[in-house]
This record gives sequence, C-alpha cells and structure tokens, in this order.
Amino acid sequence: MSPNVKPKLNKKQVDINYLLKEAPREQHFITGAQAMSEAVKRASVDMAIAYPITPQSEVMHLVGNVYAEGHIKEYYRAEEELGTMSAIAGASRAGVRLFTATSGPGLLRGLEAIVSWPGHRVPAVLGVLTRVINAPLSIQPDNLEMAYIMHSGMVLLHAENQQDTFDFTLAAFAIAEKVDVYIPVAVATEGFFVTHAKGYVDMMSEDLTLTEFDPVAAPVPAMDNETPPARIQRDAPVQKSNFMSYLIHSVWQQEIWDSNRRAMKYIYEYLGGPIEVQNPEADVFVVASGCAAAQAREAHRYAQEEGLSVGLIKVRAIRPFPTQEIRDATANAKALIIPEHNIIGWLCKEVQAAIPNGGIVVEGPRVYGGMTLPVELIMKEIYDSLGVENNLKL
Amino acid sequence: MSLKYITPAERFKKYLPKDYVELVDYGPFGKTQDQAGPGNMGQFKELVEEHPMCSGCWMAYYIRLIFASLPCPEETVTLGTAGCGRLAISQAAVPFVYGNYGDQNAMASGLSRAFRLRFPDKTKDVITIAGDGGTMDIGFSMTMHSWIRGERFTTIMLDNEVYGNTGGQESGMSPKGAVLKMAPFGKNFEKMPATGLAIAAGCVYVVRMSPTNIKKAAKVIRRAIFVAREVGPTFIQAYTSCNIEYSIPTEEVFADAKAQEKDRFQFEEFMTDEAKAVIERVEAEEKAASKARKAASKAAAAEVN
Repeated sequence: MSPNVKPKLNKKQVDINYLLKEAPREQHFITGAQAMSEAVKRASVDMAIAYPITPQSEVMHLVGNVYAEGHIKEYYRAEEELGTMSAIAGASRAGVRLFTATSGPGLLRGLEAIVSWPGHRVPAVLGVLTRVINAPLSIQPDNLEMAYIMHSGMVLLHAENQQDTFDFTLAAFAIAEKVDVYIPVAVATEGFFVTHAKGYVDMMSEDLTLTEFDPVAAPVPAMDNETPPARIQRDAPVQKSNFMSYLIHSVWQQEIWDSNRRAMKYIYEYLGGPIEVQNPEADVFVVASGCAAAQAREAHRYAQEEGLSVGLIKVRAIRPFPTQEIRDATANAKALIIPEHNIIGWLCKEVQAAIPNGGIVVEGPRVYGGMTLPVELIMKEIYDSLGVENNLKL
Repeated sequence: MSLKYITPAERFKKYLPKDYVELVDYGPFGKTQDQAGPGNMGQFKELVEEHPMCSGCWMAYYIRLIFASLPCPEETVTLGTAGCGRLAISQAAVPFVYGNYGDQNAMASGLSRAFRLRFPDKTKDVITIAGDGGTMDIGFSMTMHSWIRGERFTTIMLDNEVYGNTGGQESGMSPKGAVLKMAPFGKNFEKMPATGLAIAAGCVYVVRMSPTNIKKAAKVIRRAIFVAREVGPTFIQAYTSCNIEYSIPTEEVFADAKAQEKDRFQFEEFMTDEAKAVIERVEAEEKAASKARKAASKAAAAEVN
C-alpha cells in the first residue's frame, strides 16, 4: 500500500459572513449529496467520520474524496453509527471541527450518543438525509426520524433543496460554534428527493474556506490539557445519585435549551430567519419544511395563478422553533394546511401548539414510506378550505 | 505546556482551592516514578484520594495504582463508562471523559486521532478504563473495532466478573456456573477469552493479571501506555474483585486476588516484536536516567559534605 499523501492546499480563510453573503458565487447543477459535501469542503473541517447507510452514503463518500483532496485533515469509516457518534463526541473533547452524516435507522442507532452531544457541548454538524425508520423496511425518504432530534437539544434545520443544503450546512458550523450556542446543529433534508436529485446551487470558489476552529472560544474548554482553565479538580458530583447531581443536570439542561434559543439570532443573521413568508395577507397558508416546502411552493404558485388567497410559510428552523414568527405570520389566517413526509405530523403538532387558535390547522396532507407528495393533494386542501369547487380526481 | 497550564501563578495560589494547590506542589505532575510513583505511594499527594467505593474494594486499589503509574499525568486523558470504576476514576485529578454505555473505545478513537492532528509533536496519553461489562459486553463492538483499526491508545479492563454497579448481574466475563442476578441457575457458558480476542484483533501488547504485586502491575501499566504511544492498541485485563457481589470478606480480598493468580488470572504477557523494542528502549532510557539522577544527587551530597 502506498502511504496516504494528501496534497497541501493553499486556501484563503474567510469569516462566515463573507463566505455566505459576500463571496462571489457561480451556479452549478449538482445533487444534494454533492451540495452537502461541497459545503464541508469550504468549512475547514478537521475530522469527518463516516459509516454507510442509504441514502446518506453518497454524502460521506464525497466527503471522503474531499478528505483525499486535502480539504479535511482526518477521516475514517467507523464500525457502526453508535461508534461513529461516540467518536465524534470523543474527538470534540480535543477541540476540533467535526462532521458526520446519517439516515433514518442509522440516526436511531446512534441516537444514544447523539442526544448526549448537546449536554457534552459538542459543536459538531450532523447531516440527516431522511429515510424510513420503522417496519416494514423501506429505504425511501420519510422524515419521521427528525421528531427524535427535536427533543434532543440540538439545533435542527430543514433544507428544502440543494441550495439550502449547501447554505445551511455552511451556516451550521458557524452557528454551532458560537460561544453563546455551542451545541450541535443537524442539517436535515429528504433522502433521494434532494440527495440524489440535481438542482441549481450557487457556490463560492473552493479556494475559500471558513476560518479555522478556535478551541479557545468555547464555554466549555477542550479537554486537551492545554486550554485553561485546567481540569484537574477532583470532585465529580454528577457521577453520584444525590440532590447535587439532579440540580447540576437540571441547570445544565436549562442552559442547553437556552443555548438552543440563542441560536435563533444567528439563524436570522446567516439564513435570513427561521421562516420565509409569501403573500403575507392571504387567508389560507401552506406551512411546510424541507421537501414538502418545495411542493407547497408549487401549490402556492398554482393558487396564485388561480387568484386564490393563499400564502406560503416555509419553516427553515425546526429547533429553535419559530413560535412567535409563526404566530405573527398566521395571526389573520383562516386555515393552515401542513403537508408532511411522515405519518405523525410533527410539524403540524408544533404549529398547533405554537398558535392560540389551533383549530384552523388542517392536519395534512401527509405521505409516508417514501411516497412523493403530489401538489394536487395540497390543492385539494386549499380548495376545501376556501370552499372552492374543483374537479381534482384524487 | 501542560505542566505550565496546571501551575498557577504564585500570587494567585491563595485564591485557589487548597486541594488544587497541593496537587500542583506535592502531586506527581512533572515528576519521575522514583519521586512520585507506586513505590512511594503515601509519600506524595496522589491523583486519587477520596472515592466512594465499598470498603475492601480491590478495584479502588487498582485504580489508585493506575494513576500512580502514569508516565505523564499532566498529558493524560482517561475515558470510561457506567460502572463502579468511574466513581473513582472521575475523582482523579486527570481529565476524565464519561460518555454513554460502553462507548469509551469509540470516543477514545476520535479523541486520540484528534490529539494527533492538533498536537503532532506532542505525546498525549489516552487511556480507557472500564469494567468487564463496558469493555466486553455492551461496548464489545466498539472495543474490538478500535483494536482492529489499530487505534493507538490503552484499554484497561477492570474485570470484577460481574455488573457490580447495577446490583450483581452476570456478565460475559463471569465464570461459568456463577450464580448471579439474571443467572438464577448459574451462568451456563464460559468466561469470554478477552486476551485472546485482543491478540486476534491486533493489540500489540496484551496482559492478563491479578495485580497483587504493585511493582509488576505498575510496570505493565506503563508498558501498555508507552507501546500505545508508538505502535498500536494495548490491553490490560486486570482482576479487580467485587467483594460485595462475590461475598469476599474484606480481610480476605488480597488472599482471593492471590488465589486468582493461579486460577482464572494467571499472568499472561503478549507483545509483538515492535512493542518489545519500544519497551526495551524506554525501560533502558528510564534506568539510565534514574542512575544519572542518583549519581547527581550523590555528587551533590558529597559536595555539601
């Protein structure tokens, strides 16, 4: 075997604002998997850890290539997802920038470690390329797994398309590493529909890269025996079952969720806010995230052509959830239609809980098991909500 | 750097906890084994002092020994998992990473690689210290794969042959026939061959022992750490009886450990040629340094006289 010789690259480090907002971009026609790996290429990632699962595999193959090209310092295939996610937690203690990605069952296999990342203050970025998790088996996109991340303390962004996947992934590194956030960020998008389909993505030059990870700028310093304050104090009350351990856990978790909420200002700064609103004066809104937002956008366009009073609310951030923003945007709405790619309707439940008049929420349409979401399903709910006669054959 | 990082400015000392200042002044940081090691435990401020382990716990003794044997405590990070051991390990004055169930060797894989890329010119010792359940049952896949990948850190298994912390359940390392919780009719399969698995998986230095001899146990711990720095994964399986679950009277704990040396924990030491070369080189260097120090202090004493 020949030794691994990676080329030494001479990339220009720039801050996130320049990288995301000012750097000149060129249009490319690439898959969502490529978009995610192209973001990783420009993020000065120190270490990426891979484990295959369809449909994520493509992302971490490409990240492997990015490593071989010299954009990443360390990369390996781990034994399975719990090993992967645990290794991310371990590496994070050394003060490095980290990336991994997974899908559906892989996410659930790694979940024990993943849900402990926020508490361990691991500022890593996790790609979630959605896939069915429950039986009977399907490898197709269904985003039920995102519901499990919603209660973990992580920041959770949901990308509609290839462009979002690129921008959200880059922004995720910056958001995760803010000293007043410092928790992991998950960037989710639908498997296959986005990962394996091509779309237009405006990207900056790959000669540009995000400023390197700063292990000193951390609320919980790296355990590297280098970064003060020294960690040689010996009492470890968290390890015991007593009132102190309950108290420490409770204040620590409050801080995690406060950190999660503090991520919101950076979602405004880097992504233009947690929601996008079209036609704000409308009577009926389609509220959607991820791929469902792309279909909702189409439904919105049809409705505009037909002169119907329909608006669109695309939800970019699932955690922190834009409760106030959605409340404000829907204050005068008569109905909210919430199309989703899962059976439980987690976005529907979030929106119902966020607004004072949950009765205006139409629970659906929902598709699952990886089915596509025909725009007609959304149009049907729009017509019904507005009392418009139609000849849709569903 | 790391010694500097733990050493407070002189005028700041009065504001720091007494325990911390004493650790820096009288602890083993930056000292040799002659000055502060297993040979003179009790004469320096140890990294493990208080712990909540049971009276007569042989595991607590061995953990104390591990920390007294560290070649460079100020550059060491330990990792562990659920189990009795972590109650004492977390109270050592060395950074300790506690993750999830049985994931210590996966975490250590990430940590040791990240240390090497951030500090390519330094030696940072990474050691996982976990029980038999954490290492060989729930953590089995992560333990084995870290060895198969050739990860360069040390794995120490505190083998008390039972889940002590959760109340005495059968583990893969319990001996056949042992009547334990979850094995009401006695365990009906053999104790797992941990050292054989370690050798098959690519560990370059493997020891099984009942640590009754302090010097010998310390030597093994140091060898495992030195070899892991340069060559590959190293593994120690140490008998650390659970006197509670196996009903060993406190005054008989040592006798039991001695008896185990002739039974399930007969001394076994495996090393590859590459590991052997490292051990011979480092031990020769240490011997020469110790000799030089003794000669120097003798000369200094002669000068005073």
